[in-house]
Amino acid sequence: MSAPSRATAGSDIGAAVKDALLAGVIALGLFGPLVGLRTEQNMRNEVVLELHWVTVAVIVGIVVVGRFLLRTVIWPALADRKLRDRPAAGEPGALRQTVGRFLPPAGLVFLIVYPALMLSLFGLQGSLKWVDNFGIQILIYVMLGWGLNIVVGLAGLLDLGYVAFYAVGAYAYALLATHFGLSFWLLLPLAGILAALWGIILGFPVLRLRGDYLAIVTLAFGEIIRLVLINFRELTNGSAGISSIPKVTLFGLYSFDVSAPNNFAKSFGLPMSGTHYKIFLYYLILALALLTAFVTIRLRRLPIGRAWEALREDEIACRSLGINTTITKLTAFAIGAMFGGFAGSFFAARQGFVSPESFIFMESAIIVAIVVLGGMGSLIGVAVAAVAMIGGSEMLRELTFLKAVFGNDFNPDQFRMLIFGLAMVSIMIWRPRGFVSARQPTVFLTERRAISGSLVKEGHG
Amino acid sequence: MAHALATAPVGGRTWQADPVLRVDHVSMRFGGLVAVRDLSFEAGRGEITALIGPNGAGKTTVFNCITGFYKPTQGMLTLTHADGDRYLLERMPDFKISAKAKVARTFQNIRLFSGMTLLENLLVAQHNRLMAASGWSILGILGVPSFHQAEKAAIDRARYWLDKTGLTTRADDPAGDLPYGAQRRLEIARAMCTQPELLCLDEPAAGLNPRESAELNALLLSIRETEKTSILLIEHDMSVVMEISDHVVVLEYGVKISDGAPAEVKADPRVIAAYLGVDDEEVGKVEETLDEIAEEAQA
Amino acid sequence: MEIFLQQLINGVTLGSIYGLIAIGYTMVFGIIGMVNFSHGDVFMVSAFFALIFFLLFMTILGIGTPIIALLLAMILAMVLTGLLSWTIERVAYRPLRGSFRLAPLISAIGMSIVLSNFIQVAQGPRNKPVPPMVNGTIDLMERDGFAVTVSYKQIIIVLVTAVLLAAFWYVVQKTPLGRAQRACEQDRKMAALLGVNVDRTISLTFVMGASLAAVAGSMYLMYYGVVHFADGFVPGVKAFTAAVLGGIGSLPGAVLGGLLIGLIETFWSGYFSIDYKDVAAFSILAIVLIFMPQGILGRPEVEKV
Repeated sequence: MSAPSRATAGSDIGAAVKDALLAGVIALGLFGPLVGLRTEQNMRNEVVLELHWVTVAVIVGIVVVGRFLLRTVIWPALADRKLRDRPAAGEPGALRQTVGRFLPPAGLVFLIVYPALMLSLFGLQGSLKWVDNFGIQILIYVMLGWGLNIVVGLAGLLDLGYVAFYAVGAYAYALLATHFGLSFWLLLPLAGILAALWGIILGFPVLRLRGDYLAIVTLAFGEIIRLVLINFRELTNGSAGISSIPKVTLFGLYSFDVSAPNNFAKSFGLPMSGTHYKIFLYYLILALALLTAFVTIRLRRLPIGRAWEALREDEIACRSLGINTTITKLTAFAIGAMFGGFAGSFFAARQGFVSPESFIFMESAIIVAIVVLGGMGSLIGVAVAAVAMIGGSEMLRELTFLKAVFGNDFNPDQFRMLIFGLAMVSIMIWRPRGFVSARQPTVFLTERRAISGSLVKEGHG
Repeated sequence: MAHALATAPVGGRTWQADPVLRVDHVSMRFGGLVAVRDLSFEAGRGEITALIGPNGAGKTTVFNCITGFYKPTQGMLTLTHADGDRYLLERMPDFKISAKAKVARTFQNIRLFSGMTLLENLLVAQHNRLMAASGWSILGILGVPSFHQAEKAAIDRARYWLDKTGLTTRADDPAGDLPYGAQRRLEIARAMCTQPELLCLDEPAAGLNPRESAELNALLLSIRETEKTSILLIEHDMSVVMEISDHVVVLEYGVKISDGAPAEVKADPRVIAAYLGVDDEEVGKVEETLDEIAEEAQA
Repeated sequence: MEIFLQQLINGVTLGSIYGLIAIGYTMVFGIIGMVNFSHGDVFMVSAFFALIFFLLFMTILGIGTPIIALLLAMILAMVLTGLLSWTIERVAYRPLRGSFRLAPLISAIGMSIVLSNFIQVAQGPRNKPVPPMVNGTIDLMERDGFAVTVSYKQIIIVLVTAVLLAAFWYVVQKTPLGRAQRACEQDRKMAALLGVNVDRTISLTFVMGASLAAVAGSMYLMYYGVVHFADGFVPGVKAFTAAVLGGIGSLPGAVLGGLLIGLIETFWSGYFSIDYKDVAAFSILAIVLIFMPQGILGRPEVEKV
């Protein structure tokens, strides 16, 4: 954002009016045709134009007023705050440090009691949505974010095809469980190993590429795997996907199938409800995500983790210190892929259905966005970003009250991804280094001090 | 030290008796450009060898060949350990040259891990040893005690080098926050943490003030005396070169023009011509002038 | 032979469209080193601009000749798509210039989501078919009942592409703007010190790339006769692939890469299987990058030690 000039108020207002009017003209030029002239099919299936000038006028009005306020009120206020906060900017504030210390245990306790809390608030059926759509959905992305964080955040390798490993895990479970009837608990590690293997197979040829080349090749691999899933119909049933994937059992002791003799609810004399299974799945994904976090925290303090971060800082220096960078990168790729595979097999078990539709590039983009928005390398940041982006976009599904305002034809769900995209852009502009940019050292001699994000490099690969 | 060597007999060169590094007829071409042509020299064990020459003489190219970042077009680079193990560097990938042949290096434009603390920088340098101790991470994740012992030893070694470079108080600061001179020292400390047989320094004194430069000399001499590490350095700063080197090799346009003890090289008319920028035909004149100056000094 | 010739014609047509989009990627990458992920969606929006103006001219303003309506619509689409790209650069990328390397990339991915969903909201989620604008084909040769034909649409696409590329080439090579662009590419700070208006040059680069994408969008609309809000992604990724294949940063490379991707796709569909045509394009990209990371016409990246 160009620095707002601190000239005299009079000319400022004049300039702001001019600026706002210019913004209005641009908005008219762009939204005029795209919103004002809506293409619709008529009865004979011909495309005709429908006029929506009122909407255009409203949008242009909002742009003009918004731009004027931005110039006259918001930017000066932000500039003032920046000026006042400058001396404190170097050291993370005491408040932030306290939050940093207490957030992880408090968050963990909250996550553990969350299903119980929802049950007591919304009852057995009412809590289903909160446990499934919010709890499980967010935790899947937290886990994917943490998995990719190893590759992007720690090793600094931009992987735009992470969803491929998610797909490998999901299809591994879906195919092996439906064809051979193998148990989830056997297939979970197998799916992880398979995904890691794919990570090595794909990673080996491409990891000497740097920067954006690596990004585009990983993107290409992600697309290739999806296209193969669509077209290799004999194995994957193509776009139709694989359905009736068996549910996870409670370690083989109890089943969540309604018809099974050892049904969980029946065995314990509980009322029959899908919520039991969802709560079980919630704890399962929570455990998987915590495993990812635990392994990441441990690995960061091991030589391999330090080598990843060193690789992100300076690959040539790493080589001069005798570090085999290929192996080091491959390890990051494989371990990241393994967690993607775990998450994938969980996803397949949870949905009971997989199709290539779930593994489009946009999924990879969202996971990368979560890692970057969270702050590269920070587990807390990634978790917060996942909650904000996925939770936020799930929340937008709840905007049904808008129907009361705009009439019944209004479908709030279609605005969900639009707002999601706008949020991505805004957060990036607000905090280019993500929510948590400071880096915690892995080892210390006398005192552990956070390292300012401006010194931490983002890697070139 | 330098004086003692300067007066040593010209015949039996100390660096030829037991060279840690032999450079044999090395040439390096980039397309049509010949950066280094048929270069041969030895670096003696336990000695400080300086590689000097005007800008663009090919010094850094030689360094990159030794440390494996470039593969020489022709020639051989042989490294011999004190226990007699030999390594043909031109056949090894760069990371193995550091890991196996034990050649460590620093960079002309400092390459520290600026977002990591000093201590972390020094631990990354001990990667291979720690990696083995952590059972390639598997034992490490389980947190076995033997790994903790190895890590403690690594931290002790890091602390030793921090003490030696006077950086202990800043151990937990990010490397990117250090002033320039301290960054140079940290890079040397990091290279030494790999426990090298040969330490290659690319312009270690560049950008240092006189006090820092003197400290650097002391550090390098102490590395030679107490660690018995051989040092090969590229340097522009003549005071560093003449004060601490045991042996000087001079390059110009990728060709060796002089090789010997510092005092000999200093008096070599070809070196003076190269540094003053005179044409080849004028070398004779420089020689005469030098003689005149010497006579005047005597008078 | 006939199949070969036919696929060659189809491939060159498709490749022209990819090449036009690829230029936008390659120019922006060349000048600010950023992968402009939203470019594919800018292309899709431009096709909607062309569609809307085409309908406006045909139905409301009553221009009878489709080809004239199309050309006018294309020119308007070029202007407005340029404006759109200028605005996006201003709002979403400029504040992040010189910051964290991944920030503009994420911002661009966000912008790509915004554009496609905005069109979905504003223009509806259905396919938008247009009445055929240009009909007719020329039979080049016929043997054993297989005719090699080239349609007027294809001729128009190749012609328009060639003319615009020539004009564009002139701008980049011979005008002060082109010189400023090349200067910014080499060293942005130095260019600014020497009085080049860097911000304006970068903005104009975005505008030029977007205008060429709008040409591609209009041609795409004419060729396929249908456009959909999600149509930005696949051509976008393929055009990016083309830019990388040709050597990112190189303008002739982008065109060459576009033609190659177009040809690979059509030949693969013609001789092997239409299902795996995209797999073929992406695999070749991966193979080329692994063995020739700088692309076909790109400058090799020298690793400075």
